[in-house]
Amino acid sequence: MSETKYHLVEHEKPFKYDENGLHVTRGSAWSGPGCHIGCGVLLYTDDDGKLVKVEGDPENPYNKGRLCNRCLALTEVVYSPDRITSPMKRDPAHRGEDKWEQITWDEALDLVYDRFTEIKEKYGAWSIPFVQGTGRDIAAWITRLAWSFGSPNYMFNMSGMACYLPRVAGCAATTGNFWVGDFSQQYPDRYDNPEWEPAEYIMVWGNNPLIANSDGFYGHWMVDVMKRGSKLIVVDPRLTWLAYKAEYWLQIRPGTDAALALGMLNVIISEDLYDHDFVDRWCYGFDELAQTAAAYPADKVASITWVPEEKIVGAARTWANARCGIVQWGLAVDTTKESLPAAQAIGALWQICGFCEKPGCMIVPPEILAYSGGFGGELVTPEMDAHRIGLDKYSLLKFGFQVASSDEVMKTLETEEPYKLHGAWLQTTNFLTCTSPDPERSMKAWRTLDFIVVVDMFMTPTAMALADVFLPACTYAERDGIRVGDGAQRGETINKVCQVGECKSDMQINLELGRRFNPEAWPWKDDKEMFSYVIECTGYTFEELQQAAPAYIPFEYHRHEKGLLRPDGQPGFNTQTGRIELWSTFYNNAGLSPVPYFEEPTESPESTPDLYEEYPFVLTTGARNWFMFHSEHRQIPHLRAGRPWPIVQINPKAAEKVGVHDGEWVWLENGRGRCKRVVECTEIMDERVIMSDHAWWFPEAPGEEKDGLFGMLDLNVNKLLNSYLPGKSGFGANYKSMLCKVYPVKEGE
Amino acid sequence: MADYGILVDYEWCTGCHTCETACQMEHHLPVGQFGIKLNEVGPYEYAPDRWQLAYIPVPTDQCDFCAERLGQGKLPSCQHHCQAQCIEVGPVDELAKKAVSKKKLVLFHN
Repeated sequence: MSETKYHLVEHEKPFKYDENGLHVTRGSAWSGPGCHIGCGVLLYTDDDGKLVKVEGDPENPYNKGRLCNRCLALTEVVYSPDRITSPMKRDPAHRGEDKWEQITWDEALDLVYDRFTEIKEKYGAWSIPFVQGTGRDIAAWITRLAWSFGSPNYMFNMSGMACYLPRVAGCAATTGNFWVGDFSQQYPDRYDNPEWEPAEYIMVWGNNPLIANSDGFYGHWMVDVMKRGSKLIVVDPRLTWLAYKAEYWLQIRPGTDAALALGMLNVIISEDLYDHDFVDRWCYGFDELAQTAAAYPADKVASITWVPEEKIVGAARTWANARCGIVQWGLAVDTTKESLPAAQAIGALWQICGFCEKPGCMIVPPEILAYSGGFGGELVTPEMDAHRIGLDKYSLLKFGFQVASSDEVMKTLETEEPYKLHGAWLQTTNFLTCTSPDPERSMKAWRTLDFIVVVDMFMTPTAMALADVFLPACTYAERDGIRVGDGAQRGETINKVCQVGECKSDMQINLELGRRFNPEAWPWKDDKEMFSYVIECTGYTFEELQQAAPAYIPFEYHRHEKGLLRPDGQPGFNTQTGRIELWSTFYNNAGLSPVPYFEEPTESPESTPDLYEEYPFVLTTGARNWFMFHSEHRQIPHLRAGRPWPIVQINPKAAEKVGVHDGEWVWLENGRGRCKRVVECTEIMDERVIMSDHAWWFPEAPGEEKDGLFGMLDLNVNKLLNSYLPGKSGFGANYKSMLCKVYPVKEGE
Repeated sequence: MADYGILVDYEWCTGCHTCETACQMEHHLPVGQFGIKLNEVGPYEYAPDRWQLAYIPVPTDQCDFCAERLGQGKLPSCQHHCQAQCIEVGPVDELAKKAVSKKKLVLFHN
């Protein structure tokens, strides 16, 4: 038993109880379907073991009974007629064709074991990449499968790994940890905790947290703290509801975030508004940062970012004068090519103001299993890591998630350098639809592999295009599990209440297959025993935690002063200098700029004015909506009704200028390709910027490749992206700052 | 049962549609039918940097204030799940007193 005493919530009832003729099971909603965060849910089943209803758990401090559309409609996902419920195989000669043959689990796992073993023996285990989609519940289990098999090529297939990973790796390199805003999420008594106070100002930067719910952050905590007095500064190209509520809305040109942050730093430093005590005691390289920021006067920054000068200055002063502050940042920081300097500049805004490890400021989230470390790092041998694709080129890959570089893997697929790849394990990822630039090029490259396995809940365009074996995964209602995700972790269990067909959980699949590859690395008799092993440090077994959850790790502020942020127990931060590095030793040693800088997006009104004449809109993509999670939920009736078509938002004056109308089907096009969208005219957009949905496919459309892969080939906005062009560090790519034109779709197209 | 109403604090409604889906699931309403329906007023800019934007959910004739849930001592599904915690269902005379306590409250006497 661990010495650490976890803090618990009082429960009125056991985790399973009966209510009005139905059976209720308390647990966590982690996922898929749905997002990263893991709300507390009550799953209602009938006597036949059928899931009939989902409610939010009022006892869970995380969401306090609240839920969003996606979990409320879970029954429609679980029992969707589109679910694949048996393993299937297909002759690789028929990739892209609907020529599947149903097989048993034993046949499927034998086939995967035999083919993977054959490839490993002939070419080395590294010739099989293990690919996941967005970081929900999969990281721990896919890393262990990859590493115990012998492959160092665990990856997330987005150019520049441009989702969360740049901020994680950047923060790890410059501060020794990742940081999240303090919304009292680490306390079971939440806003009533006497240690906690709400941030005076929250700077919402490059995301709409109400919808996005990223980094372990339940979006509507924003509203909770606004009711308690927090005020807002919002950096967003669109007038979101939060921007409407903000004291300052900085309507930024997409892709210029680093310039804006540097301009604000310059105001704060030149007007002497920073926290001298914190900077003197805990930061390294302040003078170099000051010198760097001095090159970004407010008038220059205004012309770069399209944000008026007085707003830049006003927001910077307001921020620096706050008693405590949080930067609630998001994907826009990652989805810019030079994302690390952008993250470094934005990070410096909270660092030089001393908004670290204090109530209502940025905190290092407490963790049970280091989320970014994967599960089983000790299985990676030096020989394996020597084969990790991209590690020789991008040394920052040593920090945070131990991934291969997606951009380098793409080159490897196409050039067979440094070695030829032969197989792939694709689990919880629909990358051709969601994250890959240039889906057609990507499809062609991945098809060079001899053998591809897809694990998913539905037949996606990616599975239809690539899979030789399809393994059916279950939803969170059909499995047991633990939540060890991003943000402040707490002991939470996912509790199985129903079974659909022959579907198995990702964890169960990986345990069964892992045991065949490497029994020593998977010594557990079942998944419950495996979960108990991971949470051993909590003092609970899985079964005990099912009753006790949620269990909160004891938390204290000011950990850098107490030696709690470094493995050696010394005060300070876990960096080479022991300080927060405003001038980064690591970046400098890696041949990167040690201080932040701004670089224009590869294509923009400034960097390519000629192109801008032909393609007169800055295109930003990837904003989430209330009904769908990335490429999921398109086949769920009550959710699809909320967002029936893929939209592009355009200012009405701009729409008039280019001759398109609200509700009309249009093409978005640039030199690389085009995709279809439906126009939504809205004044929330600047006349020079448009926003397109991402990750669209029509599950109701014909699925074979000759028919367009469920419409995906006409709907994928990633056809307009720069193809596999990451930032200098290997992190970051331009997903939100392209140029394009807009014109009506003709009849018959 | 006394006359019931729904009090909405639209200072905080974010337009998340949760009330709609919670109601549809609770009452097994088909796509396109609602017990409560979100309305959007705006967004538009009526003067430089002055914006109109409001979300207001409105109960429909299909709303029964979740009588069955109330009978079981549970909150109506929309109130239970409302992410901004800006919906309150209750006896309309009590809600009427609350409705004057601050701005941007609207009471539906359904």
